[in-house]
Amino acid sequence: MQDLKRPVLAIKDLKVDFETATGPVNAVRGVDINVKPGETVAIVGESGSGKSQTLMAAMGLLASNGRTQGEVLYEDANILGLPAHQLNKVRGKKITMIFQEPMTSLDPLYTIGRQLAEPMVVHGGLSWKQAKVKALELLKLVNIPEPERKIKAYPYEMSGGQRQRVMIAMALANDPDVLIADEPTTALDVTTQAQILDLLADLQKRLGMAVIFITHDLGIVRRIADRVYVMKTGEVVESGETARIFTQPEHPYTRMLLDAEPTGHKPPVPDNTPVLLEAQKVDVEFVLEAGLFVPAHILRAVDNISFSLRRGQTLGIVGESGSGKSTLGRAVLNLLPAGGRVVFQGEVVSGKDRAAMRALRKDMQLIFQDPFGSLSPRMTVGQIISEGLLVHEPSLSARDRDQRACQALDEVSLDPAMRNRYPHEFSGGQRQRIAIARTMVLKPQFVVLDEPTSALDRTIQKQVVELLRGLQKAYDLTYLFISHDLAVVRALSDTVMVMQRGKVVEAGSVDDIFQAPQNAYTKELIGAAMLTQQQMMDTA
Amino acid sequence: MSVTTPDTADVPQRGRSLWDDARDRLLANKAAVASMIVLATIALLSAFGPILSPHDYDTVYRDYVKVPASLGAYPKSDQVEPAFEALVKRARLNLESYERVGDQVVAEVTSRRAIDPRSTRYIDRSDLFKNAALSDLADEDKRATLTADINYLHFYFGTDANGRDLMTRTFIAGRVSLTIGLLATVVAITIGVLYGATSGYLGGRADQLMMRVVDILYSLPFIFFVIMLVVFFGRNFILMFIAVGAVEWLDMARIVRGQTLTIKRQEYVQAAEAMGVADGGIVRRHIIPNTLGPVVVYMTLLVPKVILLESFLSFLGLGIQEPMTSWGVLISEGARNLQGSAWMLIFPSIFLTSTLFALNFIGDGLRDALDPKDR
Repeated sequence: MQDLKRPVLAIKDLKVDFETATGPVNAVRGVDINVKPGETVAIVGESGSGKSQTLMAAMGLLASNGRTQGEVLYEDANILGLPAHQLNKVRGKKITMIFQEPMTSLDPLYTIGRQLAEPMVVHGGLSWKQAKVKALELLKLVNIPEPERKIKAYPYEMSGGQRQRVMIAMALANDPDVLIADEPTTALDVTTQAQILDLLADLQKRLGMAVIFITHDLGIVRRIADRVYVMKTGEVVESGETARIFTQPEHPYTRMLLDAEPTGHKPPVPDNTPVLLEAQKVDVEFVLEAGLFVPAHILRAVDNISFSLRRGQTLGIVGESGSGKSTLGRAVLNLLPAGGRVVFQGEVVSGKDRAAMRALRKDMQLIFQDPFGSLSPRMTVGQIISEGLLVHEPSLSARDRDQRACQALDEVSLDPAMRNRYPHEFSGGQRQRIAIARTMVLKPQFVVLDEPTSALDRTIQKQVVELLRGLQKAYDLTYLFISHDLAVVRALSDTVMVMQRGKVVEAGSVDDIFQAPQNAYTKELIGAAMLTQQQMMDTA
Repeated sequence: MSVTTPDTADVPQRGRSLWDDARDRLLANKAAVASMIVLATIALLSAFGPILSPHDYDTVYRDYVKVPASLGAYPKSDQVEPAFEALVKRARLNLESYERVGDQVVAEVTSRRAIDPRSTRYIDRSDLFKNAALSDLADEDKRATLTADINYLHFYFGTDANGRDLMTRTFIAGRVSLTIGLLATVVAITIGVLYGATSGYLGGRADQLMMRVVDILYSLPFIFFVIMLVVFFGRNFILMFIAVGAVEWLDMARIVRGQTLTIKRQEYVQAAEAMGVADGGIVRRHIIPNTLGPVVVYMTLLVPKVILLESFLSFLGLGIQEPMTSWGVLISEGARNLQGSAWMLIFPSIFLTSTLFALNFIGDGLRDALDPKDR
């Protein structure tokens, strides 16, 4: 039946080129996408595949150096390249968009209610009073708790998930026919992500609009999409019904995406291996200073956490953002003042000042989440990698340092000839490898990995996981692996600690936690994240 | 683990640094490139102009006070005869006949007494004539033929109120203004970057203390400060750098401190801390290089500011002293002589404003080049 319907939005042979200093870049090379009324279409691809640019071009939102060719038909009228005032009759009314970053999409100076009502007053001709009533309805529609109170709230008073709900409410204000969602859940925690996806599915059912879902996460696709377009380097390589794509992928790229889920299991270390690091009752408190009318307030970011790690073990720490897992990692490394006691190789680390810590830093290292922020943009890769040697092995000559940097690059499978380049010339995955090389050049024993794979595409993520696993085997490394990504944690860890609001709610071996979670929060977390995986395993 | 063979390791590809990218973007900016050419021309003229110019910057031509700018040579043909007559009269000779032969003046002169051969000095003393000579003395030396070469001089920018060549003076003033501009800026930036980066990086109480010092210095009236320095140390060229540099670094320190506060929270600084790099190393290797973008931009805007400040001080009589000069001094003189001798204002102003424009365009270009996000 549905196939007989005419598409509400049809993209025909769309090409997008960007003029850059180094010549034109073909971001999108002839893409055809049809969206029928009321269906959910997912566009899947890794970063740089042109999936966002396709829809941005269709909406006339390209950067100023972008050029388009082809047709974008909304109800059989071409909207591509229309001047803004004509385009605005469709854009923002009949076709609306929500973006990845709910933090920056709302104006921090105005209340939610005002931001929702303003377009209705300005464009819809409603009075402020009517608009406010409608805004309240919209907030109820997107299931915001206490809508009467939240309508007067400012964006900073809301969580990421609530803000994303507000963004959805805004997009729904004019009863759109098509809702384009550009990675709307990527910046959110897994449980929130699941709620937002449920909301979108529910709204679609009730309002009967078409949803175009741009994502790199196949789990989401599997869960909500009717049809899938798989994009790679600006082209659609495969499209079809979701079930068909997942069960019988035809294109090798699709198959690669489906296989990208990190797999495997870490072999356990023997019981008699010595304990490398022991943390006893670690506490981190942030004192929020007293204001003129506000009393001082103590925030317990890490609350009384103990664990011990044997050489070669990996402890996974799981939790949502704000649960204190990164703070715990830094407290263990004595990078911020903390209570309790941390013993590393029989030496008490806690309370040492920076100078006293210096000798230990060589053996205790940290790898960051953001491969774009953790490398100094004005230093060459060689300088970045060998900086630690300047501190810890000052006797080395420049030539020796260079040699060591080459070795380290080699270990993380990067060409050592690239060491005179600068970080911005590398992709995210390569940059994370550089960050790992910087750590490995010092030959540490204990490494805190703070979400090292979260900013990467799935396929790259898998490679980095393999790399970390290989390094652990080669050097008998001990990891403290912090992540909200349960699949990666499961693939890498021996034991897992689940954190919520600074406390450990459940701890145990990987198998125990994932197969028989006891705590309700753990169950919820695993439920939200594993749903998709489970389905994938069922179908595989 | 395989060790890389030396031959692949020894021929690494040169990477393109952010600076390389910025340079390319800057060179693609037409206004900035044109400005750099203008600035280079002015700098070269200021450096070598005074050497190549036929006039010294302090030579006074008493006969050419406030002559207008001209491409032709002085004296003009209608000036020669009256000037010659006046000179002959001053030498107490009577002019019997006057004839101009090419670039020479030939005249018959008489006197009641014998003509003193030294009377040619009267003629030579003038800026209009040279090589005056007496010949054909007759009539008991009471009659002679006086010949003199006309001394052609070029004043392309005219002369000032004291009869000095304005072109040479403009060039020499350029030396002073550009030197002050650059040196004071370098002084200001060095102090400002080090102070700001240290303050921002240390944070906490040290930061509070260091920034309050800046605030106190801010509140000192600048002119009062300069007058005090002049009173204590006397007028002198180096004092200018110190005075200007000592005031201008405050802005720089604030800018760099702000930058540092953001950079300090970047993960690459945390990474360096986690690696055990000492404070000095972090400031030197991570913080300062990353603040340099805005610093370079601010520098191009600071140079014109300093040049103007110097002009202002010189205008008040606290700056450069005669016969040395700067654009500011020339302009203030020009402003006083605007009626009747506009060239005295126009030429130094052209140089100053082109320099300021050029620097501002370069600053804009650099900002765009270093921070392409904003475009």
